Amino acid sequence: MDLSLLTWGDGGWGDEMVLGALMTLAVAVCSYALGIVIGSGFAAMKLSHLAPLRWLADLYTTVIRGIPELLIIYLVFFGGGAVLRTVAKGLFGYGDYVDLPIFVTGMVCIGLSAGAYATEVIRGAVLAVPRGQIEAARAVGMRKGLRFRRILVPQVARYALPGLGNVWQLTLKETSLISVIGLVEIMRQAAVGAGSTKEPFTFYITAFVLYLGLASISNRGFLRAEGWANRGVRSA
Amino acid sequence: MNWELIQESWPVLVGAVPDTLLLAASALIIGFALAVVIALMRLSANKPLWGVAYGYVYIFRSTPLLVQLFLIYYGSGQYRMFLEDIGLWVAFREPWFCAILALTLNTAAYGSEIIRGGVQSVPWGEVEAARAIGMSRSLLFRRIIFPIAMRQALPGYGNEVILMVKATSLASTITILEVTGEAKKIIAATWSPIEIFIIAGAIYLFLNFIVTRGVAMLERRLNPLHETAIKDVSAGADIH
Repeated sequence: MDLSLLTWGDGGWGDEMVLGALMTLAVAVCSYALGIVIGSGFAAMKLSHLAPLRWLADLYTTVIRGIPELLIIYLVFFGGGAVLRTVAKGLFGYGDYVDLPIFVTGMVCIGLSAGAYATEVIRGAVLAVPRGQIEAARAVGMRKGLRFRRILVPQVARYALPGLGNVWQLTLKETSLISVIGLVEIMRQAAVGAGSTKEPFTFYITAFVLYLGLASISNRGFLRAEGWANRGVRSA
Repeated sequence: MNWELIQESWPVLVGAVPDTLLLAASALIIGFALAVVIALMRLSANKPLWGVAYGYVYIFRSTPLLVQLFLIYYGSGQYRMFLEDIGLWVAFREPWFCAILALTLNTAAYGSEIIRGGVQSVPWGEVEAARAIGMSRSLLFRRIIFPIAMRQALPGYGNEVILMVKATSLASTITILEVTGEAKKIIAATWSPIEIFIIAGAIYLFLNFIVTRGVAMLERRLNPLHETAIKDVSAGADIH
């Protein structure tokens, strides 16, 4: 194993690998944010009084959680461009070749997957808020919006935090799959380096260590956030 | 919707199901044995054993399966000479071996945590009772701890089985043509992602449906108490 391959600058791949890690982080953060938005929406649907909304949300979580992410990536990668081209031609008469940027494709795929897991986490957190609190808020005359903002959201956030920490770890690892469609994140960069130096082990072990680092640091962050969110809560 | 393409691709994709199942089943069976060993190491009072198991689980759960797979399949190429010398190159140059190895190591890490949870949920009174009637350590494990722990771990392990079925799709990145691999091949050739996605997606959903049903059935069979509880409830309902 030739570690001098990993030096900084023109002679080595150290800076490229770190840039790859930043790309991984960027796509993971965006997918995660998208996942939480999607998850909140579908959690609301799952808790809705309207049966069709519940069915739709059940369909989403069942399908996404039952199908490999890689297959979803291929669908969006090969299908997204076609949809975009149809829209571009139909709406703007733009007939040239357009394609969905890889970053967006990856973000949508991983976001959809994170959303399915986040749905269950958020739904559980909403159900964990004691009913009496909502009743009490209503009794003191809080309007619906205020009840939502002051009573529901802060507690849901606290209950959902450990579960959302798991979703983050999943999201971070799943971003590696986007490398198959060419986004230059850790895995892709490692593959490029491995291909041009004929030292695949050196590069994949570097990728391995980078993921380990990102996961460890963010895990610590989530534990801290949990401690902060529960600072006023008594526990055994 | 191109029905002709659906009719043509359907048998090809269904034909790849045995490959998907073979990958998942081999990894799950070998992985389970490994998971039990790792769980016991993590529960042992022996510090070095505990440390090795803790590190193993931490590392494998913190890194993507794709990296583990590439590290084994492509990474081994860098040490070809050495692997040839010790006679292991025949195995490492095979994508099937590498895929099953990566999936096995991965599921062993997740599975060991599920089993550990199961073992820790065994009521201490049961262990004391078994000791009181003079059971040896191995008998205690075989007859008391292991069966109760397995029953507790079953729902969690069911989830792990589904995750493994999905994870086999990564084998397509190292040239194995299981369901996702075949699907990608057809999509790239025909540019009809929707049709192929529907078939392949349906196959995975069906497989996972079978797994869910199977685990639920096994749960009922292994848990006679649960069944009587349900009967009692329905009997109660009859009275009212």
